[in-house]
Amino acid sequence: MTLLIGSIQLGLLYAIMALGIYITFRILNLPDLTVDGSFSLGMACAAVVTISGHPFLALFIAILAGSFAGLATGLLHTKLSIHPILAGILVMTGLYTVNLAIMGGKGNISVVGSKTIFSMVESMVVVPGGMGETLLALSICIIVIAILAISFKTRFGLAIRATGDNEDMVRLSSINANVSKCIALSTGNACVALSGALICQYQMFSDVGSGSGMVIIGLASVIIGETIFGRRSVTIGLVSAAFGSILYRIILAFALKIDMFPAYALKLISAVIVIIALSGPSIKAIIQQNKIRREVQTVKKAQ
Amino acid sequence: MLALTDLIIKLVVNNMLDLINVSKTFYAGTVNERKALNSINLHLDPGDFVTIIGSNGAGKSSVFNAIAGAFYIDSGAILLDNKNISMMADYKRAYDIGRLMQDPMKGTAPSLTIEENLALAYSRKAHKSLFALNKRDSEYFRELLTRLDLGLESRMKTKVGNLSGGQRQAVTLLMCTISLPKLLLLDEHTAALDPATALKILKITTDIVAESRITTMMITHDIKDALALGNRTIMMDEGEIILDIKGEERSKMTIEELLTYYSRERKKQLTDDRILLA
Repeated sequence: MTLLIGSIQLGLLYAIMALGIYITFRILNLPDLTVDGSFSLGMACAAVVTISGHPFLALFIAILAGSFAGLATGLLHTKLSIHPILAGILVMTGLYTVNLAIMGGKGNISVVGSKTIFSMVESMVVVPGGMGETLLALSICIIVIAILAISFKTRFGLAIRATGDNEDMVRLSSINANVSKCIALSTGNACVALSGALICQYQMFSDVGSGSGMVIIGLASVIIGETIFGRRSVTIGLVSAAFGSILYRIILAFALKIDMFPAYALKLISAVIVIIALSGPSIKAIIQQNKIRREVQTVKKAQ
Repeated sequence: MLALTDLIIKLVVNNMLDLINVSKTFYAGTVNERKALNSINLHLDPGDFVTIIGSNGAGKSSVFNAIAGAFYIDSGAILLDNKNISMMADYKRAYDIGRLMQDPMKGTAPSLTIEENLALAYSRKAHKSLFALNKRDSEYFRELLTRLDLGLESRMKTKVGNLSGGQRQAVTLLMCTISLPKLLLLDEHTAALDPATALKILKITTDIVAESRITTMMITHDIKDALALGNRTIMMDEGEIILDIKGEERSKMTIEELLTYYSRERKKQLTDDRILLA
């Protein structure tokens, strides 16, 4: 039971990262690799500000820092015409140094003993068995989903969705597609950094390396969500990404619990999940093609 | 005082589009150097409907690209409604210029619904509203779609990706004209469609243009259409305008005469396997 609640809590906190990935990968249709860096960035910012005694401010600083990281990738891509994947890698690589600098040159700092939003809720609300933390994580997740879902219904949100779908058409409609891209990358990375900040306060430490592989974990969550809910509207997509994240954590926890895999297999499992999910359509096509080929060959023999 | 003279100029001089000595060379200074536009001069009055013909590589699409801002011209000037737009970014020009491409896939976002596509195109001139979809606009879109007579008014929540090429092109046509641009550019917009659908889209096009009186330029490979539609026909070759006819001269022009003129002027046959002679 503790295991399940723990996974749900983690899943809800990582869900916010999955939302960010959903925005860049699915809505904007742009593989954004800044995420690995901006997750650690959110953690680093949150750790430093939390230690100074401002757990709420820590979250806002993380959001701000994350949006700047996304904006940097966006500007590299749109203004300097650098390939989006490379732009993301460049920013991610640069952020490694930035993150270390924020944490005062240390690769790992502990937040233990400082006030966090989780410890505050635990002391304020009297609910047994870590229920307070779950509710807090859930409400943050719902608030973020609501804000994003409403944003994507506005004119500007529609422009971002269209940019991911057909950039030419957006320009023909007299909308600056570059602005849409930058804002979407900013929003996505702000979500990722917020998730990093929450994880930092939840786990009471910040590690410069914890961002690595986050892109794949986020993408795995999005894909798991899509296999359950299907690919429909943006609102459903956001909710399904969050569900995917929770499910991913539950699956992972049980897989580790029954000693199916060692703990360090986490990233390989994530990668395999994403590979299986992404290869689905082409495997289907190969099977279909083989079937046709066999049928065609039998026709020849009959003649 | 300056504003007053501007106003007088605007009232007296009837200009919608002016191309003044517009030139564009690609790959200048290399072996691949190609003059796409060679000192093009063109003047369009408001409400003009110009058809453009010419063989492949004649510069028809280059003229459109120059006007729409797909590339910046090397020299000359482009004036839209007396405003120099030569160095304006393409998406800014799109505020006043609607452009329809040959490929029906290009003008619409496939995973958005018909309604959302129209809303996006309409955001140029729509009333300020936070949300992209609202009742007032939806009613307007429904009315426009009903006029297309393709049954699309009952499918406003359908994703555009599920529509046929002809239906998509019809929706794109609405998107291009929904905000009443000053200029409409039609780049062989029926060429990728089957003949029956092409005819229908062409009919819708002429209806919309006639009703809205938008100044229009249309590239076509069908010489018959070129002479039958609109009020003026331009023939291009090697980046130059070699013929510009309107009025009586145009109404008397036959396809044969046009082809003879071309071979006499250019000392070659109008060779283009895509040109339709009948």
